[in-house]
Amino acid sequence: MRAILPLCILVALLLVLPHAGPWFHAWMPTLSHPLYARTSFHALTFAHLGLVFAATLVATVLGLSLGIVATRPFGRSLLPTVRAVAVIGQTFPPVAVLAIAVPLLGFGAAPTFLALVLYGVLPVLGQTVAGLDAVPPAALHAADGMGYGRWRRLLEVELPLAAGPIMAGIRLSAIVSIGTATIGSAVGATTLGSPIVEGLVGNNPAYVIQGSLLVGALALSVDGLLGAFERYVRRL
Amino acid sequence: MIVFEGVGKRFGGRSVIDGLDLRIEDGEFFVLVGPSGSGKSTLLRMVNRLVTPDSGRILVDGDDVASVDVEQLRRGIGYAIQSVGLFPHRTVGENIATVPRLLGWSKRDIDARVDELLALLRLDDPGIADRYPRTLSGGQQQRVGVARALAARPRIVLMDEPFGALDPLTRESLQSALRTIQRDTATTILFVTHDMDEAFGLGDRVGLMLDGHLVQVGTPLELIRQPADERVREFVGGSRARLRELAIRPVRERMRNEIASGGAAVDIDASLQDALGAMLAQGRDRLRVEEKGRVVGSIALADLVERRG
Repeated sequence: MRAILPLCILVALLLVLPHAGPWFHAWMPTLSHPLYARTSFHALTFAHLGLVFAATLVATVLGLSLGIVATRPFGRSLLPTVRAVAVIGQTFPPVAVLAIAVPLLGFGAAPTFLALVLYGVLPVLGQTVAGLDAVPPAALHAADGMGYGRWRRLLEVELPLAAGPIMAGIRLSAIVSIGTATIGSAVGATTLGSPIVEGLVGNNPAYVIQGSLLVGALALSVDGLLGAFERYVRRL
Repeated sequence: MIVFEGVGKRFGGRSVIDGLDLRIEDGEFFVLVGPSGSGKSTLLRMVNRLVTPDSGRILVDGDDVASVDVEQLRRGIGYAIQSVGLFPHRTVGENIATVPRLLGWSKRDIDARVDELLALLRLDDPGIADRYPRTLSGGQQQRVGVARALAARPRIVLMDEPFGALDPLTRESLQSALRTIQRDTATTILFVTHDMDEAFGLGDRVGLMLDGHLVQVGTPLELIRQPADERVREFVGGSRARLRELAIRPVRERMRNEIASGGAAVDIDASLQDALGAMLAQGRDRLRVEEKGRVVGSIALADLVERRG
């Protein structure tokens, strides 16, 4: 239910908002253009979601791999360094990452994508390490004693037992990305941040409200869906 | 057959096992007993290479374990531990099937073997194979742990205090189940415990370990009757050693053929300790002895107290 309700609200907003011009006009009669119309709300939502999905996917692959390497016997010494780098990465404000990335990558989706990936890695990495560390030592000892190889033990024992925490990390990563992607509009990425940024610049509160409603509903929907999947993975 | 030849191991400068020799025969139930830190678990883990000796070598069926592929070696040796270590994300059936699956058995063979083991270890709650370990009691979990260790019909099974965390009743029931299975399958078992009663109750031979040395190896009776030194005598129980002896000897050895009248009966294969218990419970000094429900003789308190070989 927690997954379904926000999703219904998102769909309802996408259906209703394109026809809500008169309503916004009645609310804010001084605005000449009360409804954001440069790009359709559908297109903005899909672009936003696509960017977040791609960034979360890359962040998951990176965070998971780093987390696995850092918990292997040969990689244990890397763990403090990996953690420190990830934490320092998190202390940079997203705007700063964008500001540094734009001269390198130009305007558009690329610098936003970079920022999302950098921000998305830490939650996945942290939860992967925590999840793998929390696997019962007795199960690992028994697995070794029965003749599991290293990779097989990882795939069949450690990762399934750490799946809950890892999934929580991926969910957190995706939610952070949905918020951060909004800022990407400031450097030219087409996302649900576009109406918000344009509304702020052009003194048009209706645009800001329209963008914010959709971003909020999208974030809650993704959180609900990934949360349901996480509960499924954790059922054991 | 497991042979230890001059095996030594040091941890951080401290010698845990020192030049140890031991030969465990095929089909033997061998118990290593000793206090915590005596090196018995370390010795056991050398057999499946979870611990590598610093000196000496270990032969399993004539092959130096160091020269065998480690995964193949471990899949061929059953392993059960006190903390059980069942996989929480796998059902009881899947847990038991672990090693057969690693060995690539067919699904049909695995299913048949799992059913067989569930019956053997009296895991007979309906649908138990599809339940997850956390829904089982501690005793049931260890039954699954033992079943998992036996699953691929290994010729050698290593057991590291498997019943140490169980309540006495559950422990006794598992001990007798294990003893029966071991006799029926002629499996070689190397069993580690700190519990002298468990060691004497299970072992064909017992090795007493103190500070990394095997101070005495022998049958339970030899350890009780001819302790190698004062430390062994003390560990075996000092003046209470004779009580232990009652526990490991059957009524059959001490009964007489004259038939007693009245009172309860004791089975001919029960231990002398059971007989003494029955006498105390009934306030009698003589019991009838039965074999397969038929009275075949009697046993008296004097027969228990008497000293003879």
